[in-house]
Amino acid sequence: MKKVYVNEEWCLACHLCEYYCAAANSGAENMIKAFANGNKPIPRIRVEEGSKINFAVQCRHCDDPICVKSCITGALSKKDGIISCDETRCVGCYTCVLTCPYGCIVTSENSKVIQKCDLCLKNNNGDPACVKGCPNKAIVLEER
Amino acid sequence: MKKYVIIGNSAAAIGAVQGIRSVDTEGMITVISDEPYHTYSRPLISYWLEGKVVDEKIYYREPDFYEKNNVMTMFGVRATAIGGGYVTLDNGGKVAYDKLLIATGSKPFVPPMKGLDTVDYFTFMNWDSAKAIKEKVKENTKVLIIGAGLIGLKAAEALYHLNADITVVDLADRILPSILDVRAGQIMQKHIEDKGTKIILGASVEEFSGNTAKLTNGDTVDFEILIVAVGVRPNTELVADAGGKVEKGIVTDLQQQTTIPDVYAAGDCTLSHDSSSDSEKILALLPNAFMQGEIAGKNMAGQMCLYLNAIPMNAIGFYGLHIITAGSYEGEEYVTEDAEKERYKKLIFKDGKLKGFILMGDVDRAGIYTSIIREQIPLSDVDVELLKDHPQMMLFGKARRDEKLAGKIG
Repeated sequence: MKKVYVNEEWCLACHLCEYYCAAANSGAENMIKAFANGNKPIPRIRVEEGSKINFAVQCRHCDDPICVKSCITGALSKKDGIISCDETRCVGCYTCVLTCPYGCIVTSENSKVIQKCDLCLKNNNGDPACVKGCPNKAIVLEER
Repeated sequence: MKKYVIIGNSAAAIGAVQGIRSVDTEGMITVISDEPYHTYSRPLISYWLEGKVVDEKIYYREPDFYEKNNVMTMFGVRATAIGGGYVTLDNGGKVAYDKLLIATGSKPFVPPMKGLDTVDYFTFMNWDSAKAIKEKVKENTKVLIIGAGLIGLKAAEALYHLNADITVVDLADRILPSILDVRAGQIMQKHIEDKGTKIILGASVEEFSGNTAKLTNGDTVDFEILIVAVGVRPNTELVADAGGKVEKGIVTDLQQQTTIPDVYAAGDCTLSHDSSSDSEKILALLPNAFMQGEIAGKNMAGQMCLYLNAIPMNAIGFYGLHIITAGSYEGEEYVTEDAEKERYKKLIFKDGKLKGFILMGDVDRAGIYTSIIREQIPLSDVDVELLKDHPQMMLFGKARRDEKLAGKIG
């Protein structure tokens, strides 16, 4: 099963992955439209900046996913190696935020439900937008 | 072919079905429940009452869950006794088992109150109780809720959305004492009161007469709907009557086996080992029930595994204000607060470890804290200043981060 990995040494902290992710999941056809009219779509990947090192983090699609086991509604499930959220069943209780060890469940004030990386499965982007957009190839999709 | 029987049909029971099926795809599984419903999410009853969740979405698992997992269901029947390899039912039937799981959850605790027998009251524990309340509630209906804990305030929130006129009374001097400290309780109380819900603390009902409650502080509260949400008690009778060990809840080993051979227990009816305080507790929370049930199921099916790293942990919101808490609150405290923005953070350190936290308002990435507590990662292995600032993967050293994220190529 291929997963997204981030090479810390190569991450420039340019945050482009966040913009590509947010745009890809916004439903808009391109980035300009996604961010038009003051819209601020939320990225599901997050860049952490340190004094010496930077890296992006997103859902690890865990083998033994505690977010799925904790979900009080059954909205989170894992199928074909990918953890995704049925937004029609999420009530925004944030129990998955409580349990995700990587801090990869995303919440926002404009959304009652959680958002998370599903490897761009639902947005017709094909390959994950973060991987495609990373200018320094720090983010890769590969089997390990 | 092994015969598995599960009494109960909520999170622990479903966890057990999934646990059994991950090991044994052949054995016969029977689920017995006194409720007539497909498994539904109990915490969703407040969302259902307020209308945010419809009938089709209250279900905890998809409609074909039982067929897919080859589970026989016996709904609307109550198990009255266990023993001798059989479960006895209230309809006179008997069900044989090789391995039995008790996943009977808990029931509302209703303390004696003078005149309570003269009024109609509701509890708020299952779908039927929510349905009964929904039938009676209209705009401006006067509702009195006894109990300012998780259940009472979740009921209040739902009724607030239905524009009821709500008063909550609690004997304690603060709200949500099971998960919040004094200060966080104050911030949440103000938040709820600002929305128009009345909260009366340090008082209990002296007497009910007609549809009026006279309180011990001299106040009187008129009501059309009365909800008693003072607390819960585990359903331990089946195990106790069969001679199994019961303390505050059903006692099990780490494989979730009770002291009765071939009988397991999981969920709100059992005692768990809280690793953050190194003590035995009832951890009445859904993730715990599911994971405990899953471990029970695997062991029932013959795969030895232990239930470890359980801690109290809650994610819940009231009237739009989110709280995430976990662990134990005894130790050295680090607190930050912005009351105007309704933000509060408390971290509790002890024995060189993060033991617990309370986050209110900004709960972003709280799971990183939860994992540090569950995995008992020593503070010497993390950047404590970054940890205090906010939950982030940067707080781990490079080696541990590489292990967690597999971030290194090659």
